[in-house]
Amino acid sequence: MTIKLGVPSKGRLMEKTFDWFGARGVTLTRTGSEREYAGAVDGVDGVDLVLLSAGEIPRELAAGRIHLGVTGNDLIQEKLVQWDQKVEPLARLGFGHANLIVAVPQCWIDVDTLDDLDGAAAAFRARHGFRMRIATKYHRLVRDYLRRGGVADYQLVDSQGATEGTVKNLTAEAIADITSTGETLRANHLKILDEPPVLESQATLFRSRRAEVTDQEWADLRALIERLGL
Amino acid sequence: MKSRVRIEAESICDGFVAAGAARFETDILLQAEVLLDLYGEDIRARAYVTTDPERGEMMLRPDFTVPVVQYHMAGDGLPASYTYFGEVFRKQEDHPDRRSEYMQVGYEEFGGANAAAADADVFGRFSDVLAPLGLRAATGDIGILIAMVRGLATTEDRRAALMRHIWRPARFTALVKRFAGLAPVPPSRAALLASETPLQDAGVMIGLRSEREIETRIDALRADAAEPPMSAEIVDLIAAVLSVSETCPNALEHLRDIAVDMPGLLPALDRFEARCEAMARRGVDVDSLPFEASYGRTSMEYYDGFVFGFYSEARPDLPPVATGGRYDALTRRLGQGREIPAVGGVIRPDLVLDLGGLP
Repeated sequence: MTIKLGVPSKGRLMEKTFDWFGARGVTLTRTGSEREYAGAVDGVDGVDLVLLSAGEIPRELAAGRIHLGVTGNDLIQEKLVQWDQKVEPLARLGFGHANLIVAVPQCWIDVDTLDDLDGAAAAFRARHGFRMRIATKYHRLVRDYLRRGGVADYQLVDSQGATEGTVKNLTAEAIADITSTGETLRANHLKILDEPPVLESQATLFRSRRAEVTDQEWADLRALIERLGL
Repeated sequence: MKSRVRIEAESICDGFVAAGAARFETDILLQAEVLLDLYGEDIRARAYVTTDPERGEMMLRPDFTVPVVQYHMAGDGLPASYTYFGEVFRKQEDHPDRRSEYMQVGYEEFGGANAAAADADVFGRFSDVLAPLGLRAATGDIGILIAMVRGLATTEDRRAALMRHIWRPARFTALVKRFAGLAPVPPSRAALLASETPLQDAGVMIGLRSEREIETRIDALRADAAEPPMSAEIVDLIAAVLSVSETCPNALEHLRDIAVDMPGLLPALDRFEARCEAMARRGVDVDSLPFEASYGRTSMEYYDGFVFGFYSEARPDLPPVATGGRYDALTRRLGQGREIPAVGGVIRPDLVLDLGGLP
């Protein structure tokens, strides 16, 4: 059998991952037609390339169906309960930087901290009769962050896309989302709370702690890790 | 295993029935809205939420308390006691080794006019049932903390903020520090308060929260900033109350000493004393019963009086074998204007079996 390396199947994340491995003497290439999700690894023995959606890589690592995988640590931490017992981060790859942040309307000049958010949420609930809505797709991370920050009287509403638009559309009062430059937030009249982010994320190479390995696979894995200079 | 747990549950439940409680049954799938409104977003981290195409968000029963309160309050309102057993479902994100589906046996008393006697009766029943297991009991009283906050010599807004966070100890402490001027004012807040016309730079108004609401909060922040800080003496008294942890008689004496400077505590301490007396009459060894003023602050925020739990000293890895308390405020929230005194608790028969079972 071979070591399976899971890599995002499209876009800049895939290209940058290929570049990162290439710079370390491991050549990753897509094979077959443009639409076929197949790939090859050159420069080391016994390693197969598996092209996957970045969002599925945490699950595949946790299930032990791939040995190594590249994805954002935001997705790992959102999707895996007790993630550090399931995967080991081997290297931060230095791209795909993004912060998971909480943002509120710029016009909320009285809200800059979590303490303010809690105060505003209490008044909002008393005035409107329901809990302040925060739109996000990162439910676990955001809930945990707000709980530790002592924020009450809010509710998370699910938003799988165009989250920055929910405030203007009156389906949420605030949002929690990934941002890299903050440009989309500003364009939608939102500002980031003046607090440490919920999470700082970047593309990271993870090793599954759950995948079973034979002696031969273990040797191949060690050789790959050595080749990558980790 | 499951069939043995069921038999254990049934037998405990039968004991409560024999003592006069009515059997209560309810659905496993509950309307999520009521529970979400009551407990807030945190409940989603603990309970399983699913959707029904017609009925909307549903929740797998995280406990029986809300259904039993709804059932009782829809009835004739006469005093009654209920017992039940059945599965409850809780996500265990922080403790994946713990069961996420387990049985609870409950006993709840409604309408007891004498709160001290009802508290003592419920605690006594649980204590009697669990006696063969040799568990350690823990008790507390959220009512004392509520009385403490209500009696603080500070503004109504500050009391309300502290009251909201009695169940979030870290946030509560942070608020006390801020009101006492012991925490630095964040630069953003200082700038806001320094500006005479802060709303001029607010830009585009978007969202449901109106300009008027923002103004109202700024006014409240200005008013609070103009208030003198809470005195160091009050901060010390709050810390003294929260750190009380000794046997019931000693705790009562200690709290009465504190109440010399915090007279707002007195009515709650009288209730504590009456409960101790009622417990002694009920045969509970009150002299050696532990009392912790902070006990129960991190549980679901519906207990507002007496709280208790039973723990295995031999198996500190296990969650509490039984927990309970008084939840008058919950009946007020669910009762649309009505309120009925209520106290009760639950036993986990699976843990009872883990510890060797009841004879």
